[in-house]
Formats: sequence, C-alpha cells, structure tokens
Amino acid sequence: MSGPNKSYDPVEVSALDPTTLAEAVAEALAAFAASDSLDSLKTARLAHQGDSSALSRANREIGALPPTAKADAGKRVGMARGQVAKALATRQSELEVERDARLLVEETVDVTAPAARRPVGARHPLELISERIGDIFVAMGWEIAEGPELESEWFNFDALNLGADHPARQMQDTFFVDPPDAGLVLRTHTSPVQVRSMLERDLPLYIVCPGKVFRTDELDATHSAVFHQIEGLAVAEGLTMAHLRGTLDHFVEALFGAGLETRLRPSYFPFTEPSAELDFRCFICGGSDDHCRTCGGTGWIEWGGCGMVNRHVLTACGIDPDRYTGFAFGMGIERALMLRHGVKDMREMVEGDVRFSTQFGMEI
Amino acid sequence: MRAPVSWLREYVEGAPVATGREVAARLVRLGLEEEDLHGGDISGPLVVGRVLEFVEELQKNGKPIRRCQVDVGQHGQRISEGTPQGIVCGATNFAVDDLVVVVLPGAVLPGGVHISARKTYGQVSNGMICSAAELGIGSGPDATDGIIVLQSLLGDEAAATLTPGDDAIELLGLADEVVEVTVTPDRGYCLSMRGMAREYSHATGGTFRDPANIQPEPANDSGYAVQLTDEAPLNDRTGCDRYVARVVRGVDASAVSPPWMQKRLTQMGMRPISLAVDVTNYVMLLLGQPLHAFDVSTLRGPIVVRRAQAGETLKTLDDVVRTLYPQDLLITDGGTGVLAIAGVMGGATSEVAASTTDVLVEAAHFDPTSVARSSRRHRLITEASKRFERGVDPDITAVAAQLAVDLLVEFGGGVADEGVTDADHRPDRARIDLDPSLPARLVGLPYSRAEVIATLREIGCDVLELSGSGSEHGTPADSSVLSVLPPSWRPDLTNGPDFVEEVVRLRGYDQIPSVLPQAGSGRGLTHGQRVRRVVANFLAAQGFVEVLTYPFVSPQSHDDLGLPADDQRRHTVRIANPLSDEAPLMRTSVLSTLVEALRRNVSRGQRDTAIFELGLVTRPSGVLLAAPVPGTHARPDDATLTQILAAVPPQPRMIAFALTGASDRAGWWGPGRPADWADVVGAARAMASALAIELVVTADDYAPWHPGRCARLTLADGTVVGHAGELHPKVVAAVGLPPRTCVGELNVDVLTAACEARVQARELSTYPVARSDVALVVDEQIHASALESALRHGAGELLESVSLMDIYRGDQIGSGRKSLAYHLVFRAPDRTLTTKEVNGLRDQAVASAATAVGAVQR
Repeated sequence: MSGPNKSYDPVEVSALDPTTLAEAVAEALAAFAASDSLDSLKTARLAHQGDSSALSRANREIGALPPTAKADAGKRVGMARGQVAKALATRQSELEVERDARLLVEETVDVTAPAARRPVGARHPLELISERIGDIFVAMGWEIAEGPELESEWFNFDALNLGADHPARQMQDTFFVDPPDAGLVLRTHTSPVQVRSMLERDLPLYIVCPGKVFRTDELDATHSAVFHQIEGLAVAEGLTMAHLRGTLDHFVEALFGAGLETRLRPSYFPFTEPSAELDFRCFICGGSDDHCRTCGGTGWIEWGGCGMVNRHVLTACGIDPDRYTGFAFGMGIERALMLRHGVKDMREMVEGDVRFSTQFGMEI
Repeated sequence: MRAPVSWLREYVEGAPVATGREVAARLVRLGLEEEDLHGGDISGPLVVGRVLEFVEELQKNGKPIRRCQVDVGQHGQRISEGTPQGIVCGATNFAVDDLVVVVLPGAVLPGGVHISARKTYGQVSNGMICSAAELGIGSGPDATDGIIVLQSLLGDEAAATLTPGDDAIELLGLADEVVEVTVTPDRGYCLSMRGMAREYSHATGGTFRDPANIQPEPANDSGYAVQLTDEAPLNDRTGCDRYVARVVRGVDASAVSPPWMQKRLTQMGMRPISLAVDVTNYVMLLLGQPLHAFDVSTLRGPIVVRRAQAGETLKTLDDVVRTLYPQDLLITDGGTGVLAIAGVMGGATSEVAASTTDVLVEAAHFDPTSVARSSRRHRLITEASKRFERGVDPDITAVAAQLAVDLLVEFGGGVADEGVTDADHRPDRARIDLDPSLPARLVGLPYSRAEVIATLREIGCDVLELSGSGSEHGTPADSSVLSVLPPSWRPDLTNGPDFVEEVVRLRGYDQIPSVLPQAGSGRGLTHGQRVRRVVANFLAAQGFVEVLTYPFVSPQSHDDLGLPADDQRRHTVRIANPLSDEAPLMRTSVLSTLVEALRRNVSRGQRDTAIFELGLVTRPSGVLLAAPVPGTHARPDDATLTQILAAVPPQPRMIAFALTGASDRAGWWGPGRPADWADVVGAARAMASALAIELVVTADDYAPWHPGRCARLTLADGTVVGHAGELHPKVVAAVGLPPRTCVGELNVDVLTAACEARVQARELSTYPVARSDVALVVDEQIHASALESALRHGAGELLESVSLMDIYRGDQIGSGRKSLAYHLVFRAPDRTLTTKEVNGLRDQAVASAATAVGAVQR
C-alpha cells in the first residue's frame, strides 16, 4: 500500500474513477449472474472480490488519498463493494437452493423396497390377553396375585371344599406328583392362589389370579393339558351376587365390547354357593343366526363359572363367614383368545410356531 | 339325563304346551345345562315293513349287501302300488319275515337327512331299512349293532299286533321331543323323571304330581331275611341304612315289557331287554331309585350286607372277575356268596336270566361315599352308582320296590309274596336354622321373609317359623330364625347359602342386579410383574418371538443337553400319571423345552428363528417332604401352614431365548449375518440394562453350551443370573438343531430382586469429553472383561466409557498373543480436562492393565 500523498488528486487515480468503479461493479454482477454452479461462482468471487480484483485494488488506493478526498472516495468504493457483496450473496443462496434441490432428487431411493434387515419379534397372544385382562382389574383397584404351578393338594383341593372323594381328585383329571403321598399336584385351576391370598393378605381383598393350569387332557383342537385361566376373588363385608354380576358385566364389556348383555345360570361348584355360569350375548350374531359358528346358534357364549365363596372355603382360610362374604369367578384365557380373535385350533397356541405369535404383534 | 317332553307333562299339570327347545330353555334357567335335543326332527313316511325275501351279494370290499323285497303295505312302490319295496341293505342281522322299520323316499331323518330313491352298490334302493342310530334313538353301543328288528325290540307279542305299513314314528315315540340336560353333581334328584318334573313344575308354575305317591305294602317279619352290617363305616355313616326286599314268584320268563314302557326306555336311551330288567330300569328312571333284581332260585341264604374281605372276588355282570377291596360294600347271600358290589353292579350268578321266574327286588339306600369309592376303585360307572353317589331319596325305597312289584305282577303274571322286608335304619334328618334375611344379604335383592318361606316350601322343605324373642305371641318378627327341614331327596341342602341358591334360582338369576363394587386402593402391578413385562417386551422388540411350551421333559432330554451326572438340573419332580410316559419329568430349565419349539420352527421352514419363553421351572432342593393335609374346619395353625408351604418345591421363573439362522437377514442390501454367541450374550446384557442392571460376564464351561463359547452372567456381588452363548455341537446334534444355534437362560427372580432398589440419579457433567485410544497386547487366554476391568480400575472415576474397537492377531505381535484396541472417553464433573491430565489418566490405565494382566502397550 502506498503512503499518504497530500498532493494527490483523487480524480486522477484511475482505480477510483466512478466510471471505472461502475464498470467493475457491472462486470462483477454479470460474472455472478453468469455463474451456473457454486464452483463457477467461487471463481467469479475470487475474480471480482478477491485481493487482486479491481474493487479491492480501489479500496487499497483510498488510504493513499489526502484526507479531504478520503471520505468521498471511501463512500463510493464502499457502495460498490456492498453492491457486489449483496449480489454475490443472492447468487450464492440461489445456487445453494438449486444444489440442495438437486441433491434431494439425486438421493431419492425406492422406499418401497423391503427393509426388514432385522426379524420382527412378538409376544404370545395368550400372555398379551392375560396382561390386558389383568390391567382391566388393576384399573378397578384390584391386584394381581400369583402362585406356584406345582402345588400342594391342600391348597388345590381341600381348602376349596373339594374333599377326598371329589371326582376331580381322581387320576383321570389331575396330574399327581410321584409318589402320590407327597401331596403335590400340578394345579388344576388357579384357585389355590386364592387360598394363599386369603391366608396371607389382609381384608378387604380384591385379586385376580392369571396363570397356567394343568389337566390330563390329550391335545386336540379344543383341549390342551396345559392351559391358562384367570380367576377373580373379592372378600369384604357386604359383598353380594349383585357385586359379582357388576364386576363380570364390566369385565365382559371391557374385553369383548360395550353393551354386551350377560346372563347368569344356576350351576354347581364346590367352592361357591350359590354358584352360576356366566354367558354373554354372542358378539358376532347377537342371537340372530341359528348357524352362528361362534355361539353355535344359541345366541349366548359360555364364558365361565362364578359364585359366592363357599362358607367352608372362608372358614378353612381363617375368615369369619358370618362377617365377610366373597365372590369368585374363573375363565379360560385360551377361550377368550379363540372367541375374541377367531383362533380355531388350540394346538396353534402350544406348538410354539413363530407364525402364530407374530400375527398379533405386541398389543392385543 | 334325558326327559321326554310328553313324560314331563304327565307329572306337571297345567304346564303350557311347549316345544323341546322351550322346555330346555326353562330348565336351563333353573340350572340344568342343555346338552342335546332328540326326536321331533323326523318326518315320514317311516313305516313298519316285513322282509319278504332277499338276495345276499358280496361287494368288492368283501362286505355283504342284501337286495331285499319288503312289504310296506299301502306304501308299496309307486310304479305299481301295493307291490313290495325294493331296498338295498348293508346290514345282515335280520331274516325273512322279520318286521323292520323302513324309511321311504320323501322322509327326513334326524340331522336333516333327506331320503330319496337312490343308487347304492349299483342298485336303486327305494328307501332304507333303519338302525336305531339312524333314527336318533339309543346312544349306547347297541345302537350300531345293525338294523332294528321289531320282534326283538318290542317282543313277539307286541310285534304280532303290527301290520306292514303301520306308522313307525308313533310306534317308536319318535314324534316326541326328548330334552337332554347335564345334571350338576349336587342335584342327584334330577337323575329321575320325578326330579325333572319337579324342576319343570318350578319352571312353569304347573302343579307337580309326584309319581312316588304310591302307598307301599307295610313291612312285616315274614319277608326275605335281610341283615345289614358294617364293620368299617366311612365317616361314621353305615354303608346301607335301608334295604327293602320284595319277592315276586311265578313271573312269566318269556314276558316282555309293554310297548309304552319300551317306548320310554328307548326314548331315555336304554334298550329294552326283558321284563324284569326293563321294570328295574323303568322304576329307576322314573323315581331315581336304582333297583336290583336277583333270581331267587340262585340265592343260598339271607341277604347280608357287609364290607368285603381281602381276597374276595366277584364276576360282575360285564363278565369281568374283580378282586374286591376291603372297603367295598357287598350284597351277599348268607354272608358267603357275593351277589353284588352294593350300588355299583351285580354279579353274573344271581342275575335274572331267561329262565328266571322268581325275582327278588332289592331297593336300598347306600352311603354315597361308599358307592363313589367302589365305583372309582373298580372303574365302574353305572346308572346305579351315578345316582347313589349323588344321593338317592331314602324315603322312597319302599315305594320304588312296590312299583316294581306291581309292574312284575301286572305284566309278568307273577304273584307278590306277602312278606315285605324293610330293614330301616335311616338317621333322622337334621333341621337347619336359617336367617330369613340371608338371601337378601348374599344376593343384594330384597327377598321378603314370606318369599323365602314360600320358595323353600315350593322345593319341598318343611319350614317352621320360630318365634323370636320379641314376639312371644302373634306373628314372628321378620328377623326371627326359620327352622328348615330339607326334603329327603335334597341331601345337598346343608347350610344357609344352599337355601339361598334355591331362593335365587326359583325367583330367577336374571333378577340379580348389576352393581360394581368399589375395590378401593390397589397398588398396581408388583415390581416383579412389571419386570416380567419389561423383559418380555424387550426381547420381543429385539426380534425374539414369544412362545409357550409344555413343561414336561424326558430323562433323555437331560442327556441330550449333556448335563453331567451330578448336575442339579437332573434333580426334579416326576409326574405319577404323565401325559406321555416318555416325558414324565417337570422341566428344570425353560431351555430344555424351548429347544423343541425351535426345532419345530426350523422343520416348518423358518430357518431364521429367534424365540423366547418366560416361565416357571421346578427345582426341588432335596427330597420331597410329604405336604400335610390338615382339616378344613378352621385355618391350619402356622406350623402346619409352614410345612405345607415348605413341601412345595421352589419354582423359579426363568427366561430362555434361542436364536438360529441369520441374525441380520440377507437382502438387496447385501449378505446377512449369521447369528452368533455375541447376539445372545448381547441380548442378555441389554435386557439387564433395561432393568438398570449391569451384568458381569465371565467365561464358563457349562452344559448345554459350547465350552469355549459360554458366558456366565452374574450380578456385581457374584450371584449367578444365567448363561448365554453357543450350544455345544453335540447338543445341537442330539436335539436336531442347526449348527451354531445360540441360546441363553436367565433367572428372572434374580433380576427382579437385583433391580428392586431405587436407582439414585448421578449428576450429568456438561464439560467436554476428552478421548484417547490405546492398543494393548496380552496373552491369548486373557479375557477382554479382565482387561477392561483393569483399565477402568486404573483410569479412575474420570473415565466415562471404554469401548473395545478392535481385536488383532498376527505376526506383528507373535503367536499366542492378541492386541485389543480401546477407545477411552474421559470427562470431569467440574472442569475441562487438559491433554496432560488425559494422558496421565491413560497411562495409569495402561499401567493397571500391565500389572493385572500383563498388558503391553503397542
């Protein structure tokens, strides 16, 4: 850069000549406009904005001007440089937008191509429906109780008013542990959990007991030696069959759909008195189809047994039957799955074929 | 139990006319479950036919058929009416001149079978000669014996009155609908028309006419001698508390029962046999009292009822010689010859036979428990045992005998002995106090006192209104207790709730209101339940599919898994009556049954399969202790309860997972990645991380894993959580799985306990991280976990993470050595670390590794 020259006449410095400046600006704008890529714009920028460009040179000459001329020339050069910078920025951003748009087009893939690099997992629908049922009761303030599958006979039978001569205690229904005097069986229902709960927990008691149960049935489309039940038990002062019915009505609606009519029929179970069978209106035909495959044309779906807890059961668990009453109910979870999801064959639930579970995903 | 609608109506006056379906629906509301509906779905022509001639031919399949000409009267073939009908028949149990049942074209048989002239065995058959099964009558094995020959079904005498062409629908009672219901074990009285009609009267409001309302001849001392003994009563109840013996002599041995009785028996699903047998069956079906008929000529002494002695045998009516148990109650003659197992089945020698003319009718009341036990011990469930087991009315013993005697006299031409034996030791039935407000309190409906009393009387109870303390005169107070004597046919009514059920039942279960109880304050799922959902959902999200398997295994499976002889997992519980003799053991690991599910999936074509199961296993800790069986009259004492609980073997909850084929699939993106040990070890560690548990991994040699590819997973305190890795090649071969199958099994109970404590959050530093890489050479046998732990120890608390980036083996470092490259990340909670600090920390880490495992920095 040259040193200050007090006798310097700005008009005579060609680089600062307004016409020259205007030409430099015009050339720069033309070059920017002509740039059709970010690369050519970069070249144009170096040419017109770089150290060796006309405008940079002009800028440097300002310092050599006498003070009186500096302001005027500075203003002129500044404006020219500003004009060029603005044009550059505009073009830069135009070209960037263009480039970005082009990149997106270039990067387009076929998203319909299969993308399952990792196999998909799933829960077993029996477990899912058990959890769902459990949640229905938990939402009402009940709790989920559990117990062992290999169980003592006292819990599985005696305490439930199933005396030594009850037919269920014969070999044809129950798996007994060897030797038979071990007093152990594979539980035939989840009711022993109810007994354990009555012995262990404080009253009032509101529990459901989901779980595996065992009967000596050969596997076929409707039977399995290992299946699942959910049982409910409530023991408190003042509980009635009306409470039992209210609970079951809610349960049926929550699991199968709102507005389903229920029906109680008298029945017999050793652990309840009075006892009942619970049916609900066929949610497929509503009772209008004599050949309905879901309800067999009866219009009702048999759904489980229930009743008021037998006094003998309360007594065996140390609960005063004159002060407390209770109700209990029990259903098959396989049956719920078959009804609710149209599963036709029990065998599919026990064979462990991944195709069975996979169709249900992780929410049922 | 079956009930023909017309028979029901005989004993219920004023019941509205109803179809079988309507009758069934009414009975269902009272607690009898509808099983089936028979009859009423048949339309003619169904007629009596006489076989005129037939030609028998053998078919290609070796079975004979008969081309028959059958006289069907005015229904004869349409081509020229009145001529015999040409019918092809596959049965051969008939002869020329036999009367048969012929269904003609245009008829509809049960099950909607439309009959038309059709070609069978190459011949046009103009109708069909029917079997009992085709007509929907008789469900026993007899029904398929062949076609019905009316002479043998109805007897020659009755058959003689028939003419070809007669309507067989009416003859066989096929127009009559028969309702079949399931009777619950508490309602033994419903195993009779008497009981069914009583229920039907409740259902319809009709008036019940008791078929047992017969006056029996009074007992006297001149009847057949009977002695009731019981040396070993069960539950303090004598085996037989009433025994009525009546004798009818001179019965026409060839007499058959009248058509109406045969029709009823047929409708009820029984086959008419002979007059004596038919009468005993008929009375049983009508009144519910099983009877037995002995041939008097075979009896060698008085009837003695006693318990069996060891070694005694009896050849029963089904021709089986049975060794008797000392607990069996027996009917004997003179105490020596065994005639019958009381209430279960008679013996062959004293059976009424074709030559029997003098009949002893036994009507007795046996202890339900005694009969039930004999029935089960001998695996003999008979019509008699079913009824005695459920309770027979002890007050109609003499009535039933009288009815049988009357029928034998009327239809067999016999004469009843004047002697009437009635050994009667019935205990008094106890009255039961009932609070009349109990039904309302238990059901939630305001049944009035009057309603309760009326209902109980309706079912046959004798109700006394005891005057309460506040009302010595006049009507008793509403709350005063009722004294109820249940009817003799209702041994099931023993306490308040039993009566309540009767009140609700008769007033209608449909009246029970629906009220949702307020459970109050549940605590939600337990920690354990939540943990199980987490681990199951986690594995499912990782690509594993949940399955459920049977928990039964064979002893062979322990060998297949290569368990050492002394492995605790061989110690398990055996099922006395397993589903399959090959798999009598309870599984001790979920893996042992999961591998079979994996094998099935692979064999079904799913080569890339990842499955898991969460379930219980049985791990008895020692010898099984016998679980005590205390009484149920009160809560067992704590010591007994503890003993029961201790006798139940521990059943930990395990989660097992298995992986075979490709872990990452092959596809257009490139090749897949075969599953390997790291997939399952990684899954196990990640599952634990999902519970905020860090597992410690060490190498292990543990069946059924590959000894060089088995990771033992423990908690920081050393508690074993489980194992994961590749299966032993021998196990893979023994079980039939693809090579390199990888599996893991973790104890969920241990995981649950390990994450019970609340996680305490640590503060997060927002200062920048500093990174440093280091490569360390160690001997081949040094485990990565040991090296990593040494690095962590040396680097101290400022080390945020350490990642193993590469494992190198090669010439540069020599054989038997490996180089592990680690990426270390440091961060301080309170400042930015300087390069000098970081280098210092890295050097400490390296020094620690050098000391611990002899690592040398490369």
